[in-house]
Amino acid sequence: MTGVVTLPSGIEVPVVARGPGAERLGDPGEYPFTRGIFPDGYRGRLWTMRQYSGFGTAEETNARYRFLLDHGQTGLSVALDLPTQCGYDPDHPMARAEIGKVGVSLFSRREMEILFRGIGLDAISTSFTINGTAAVIFAMYLAVADRKGVPRSALTGTIQNDILKEFVARGTWIFPVQPSVRLVADTVMFAGEEAPRFNAISIAGAHVRDAGVTAAEEMAFTLANGLAYVDALIARGGDPARFGSRLSFFFYVHMDLFEEVAKFRAARRIWADLMRTRYDVTDPAAQQLRFGVVCGGSSLTAQQPLNNVVRVAVENLAAVFAGAQSIFTCAYDEAFQIPSEQSAELALRTQQIIAHESGAASSVDPLGGSYLVESLTDSMEEEIRAVMGELDDYGGVIVAIEDGYLQTRVARRALERKGQIDRGERVVVGVNRYADGRPPEIGEMFALDDGTAARVLEKLDRLKAARDERRMGETLRALAKAAEHDDENLMPHIVACCHADATVGEITDVLRDRWGEFDEPVRF
Amino acid sequence: MSLAKKRILIAKPGLDGHDVGAKVVAMALRDAGADVIYTGLRKSPDYIADVAVDEGVHAVGLSVLSGSHLSLASDVIAALDARGAGDVAVFLGGTIPHTEHKALLDMGIRAIFTADETLDDVLTRFDAALGET
Repeated sequence: MTGVVTLPSGIEVPVVARGPGAERLGDPGEYPFTRGIFPDGYRGRLWTMRQYSGFGTAEETNARYRFLLDHGQTGLSVALDLPTQCGYDPDHPMARAEIGKVGVSLFSRREMEILFRGIGLDAISTSFTINGTAAVIFAMYLAVADRKGVPRSALTGTIQNDILKEFVARGTWIFPVQPSVRLVADTVMFAGEEAPRFNAISIAGAHVRDAGVTAAEEMAFTLANGLAYVDALIARGGDPARFGSRLSFFFYVHMDLFEEVAKFRAARRIWADLMRTRYDVTDPAAQQLRFGVVCGGSSLTAQQPLNNVVRVAVENLAAVFAGAQSIFTCAYDEAFQIPSEQSAELALRTQQIIAHESGAASSVDPLGGSYLVESLTDSMEEEIRAVMGELDDYGGVIVAIEDGYLQTRVARRALERKGQIDRGERVVVGVNRYADGRPPEIGEMFALDDGTAARVLEKLDRLKAARDERRMGETLRALAKAAEHDDENLMPHIVACCHADATVGEITDVLRDRWGEFDEPVRF
Repeated sequence: MSLAKKRILIAKPGLDGHDVGAKVVAMALRDAGADVIYTGLRKSPDYIADVAVDEGVHAVGLSVLSGSHLSLASDVIAALDARGAGDVAVFLGGTIPHTEHKALLDMGIRAIFTADETLDDVLTRFDAALGET
């Protein structure tokens, strides 16, 4: 979308519209980035359309990825199964019921190779929703690139790698908080050297929001976690002027269009200010809040599921008005199953219609200067800063997580939200208004293959029979030795383990032995 | 309601980390006067059955959003039976497709709850099902 853009009636659309008060806001691409991080918005480049997808075996998911790429998707987003996310091999007693259920099973580097069969690692950006074992999955991806002869510096994509929010919502933590943060810092530092175009962290508010907190709390918790990571990286010798430009963020978009637009604009402004004033960062790239979003989640309903198509479209529009860098639109059946091909395609088409038909992407920050949106942005900024202040007063996010304060706060908010919906104070069409009492009609059902677990277990056996045990054992011992010291970066060792066909469970166990596991504060 | 006299264990079997539904139901049951214990995340069926027996609970509420509910629910029921605690009522909540409700009820799940229901309805059905014991 370069050059002159006109309305269907022939009137030219400005790249940026300005009016009274424009100086105070600053231009798009300029500090404090209220109006966006790029001067030309989506004219230069559309957002990345990245549908979260993955299930069963690497072979099955590879086929779905090729389907999505054939239909115009522009990035991949890998959903991993829970054993892989929690650092258990498929044959662990806790794993067997969960193999391939909520994502693809990727227990070794060889599975990752199958996942990307026929897909150029340097031709596509890939996002992995992985946290507890993010270092291992990232190492696996690097090892696959090494073997395919793709330079690490050519890799683009993201690992979520935001362990702090896992303790608060989502729950795929493994190690205690402090060593977990060390591992996050190691991956970010290593990526900065080895794969500088790859985002080694995506600091996520999405999950706490979906769990129940308000939009302002979502941004406040996330920015506060962001500061905790920045502090940890500096403590490990990192320079915020350098790693700052590789930090990325991830949020939910829920249904109130103006609240959502205001929260993103306010968060961009706050983050730029914090990077400048707290860390003296002057490079604009390191001040910018770059973010991806997911549209859907708990705003979707199992009743009258086709209503979700409309919800996702509204949320998608909010994300575009807010200047998101990548967007994932949930499928209408995602509230209760892995999406069918048909529903997954419709979710992608939703983005394409908004991108190419609606005109929403023609002008940067199209709602900027609206009395309402500017007023809400200011109020949102105030509210986000107030919540961040509360967390500071509590002693910071790490303390608030270790003793369960944040977890309890999220649960209380969830109870409040449920009460509002139950009492009809918050309208959800088809649930508490215009409900028809009929059981949900789902249409095409996606069925997971019953044979998945057996096939995965068979592949694990084959791997163990084929690999060089002695060489693999050496790499695991080297990792164990490095983990004894706090000053060594563990990533080169984990990459070596992946080359030697060590499994996710084996690599994680080395660190479990050293660090132990998180002792969850059970409060509600 | 008879919930006031009941001891209830809310449990997260398997690896699913989505605990908000479990905590919301736990808080609602507690507000209704029940004595509620929550396991925390990532518990095995054997662990859950052990806690249920040690604490002498009347009911176990399982929360599963990962699609693994059929095998996990069946394993918890078997683990309770193996401990001579087959009379403990087992409930299930989470992302449970309607097409699987019958199979779950047939295997001995007392009632199934999903996010679409009001908490008042959850409590009423919980109470009614417990009253049958």
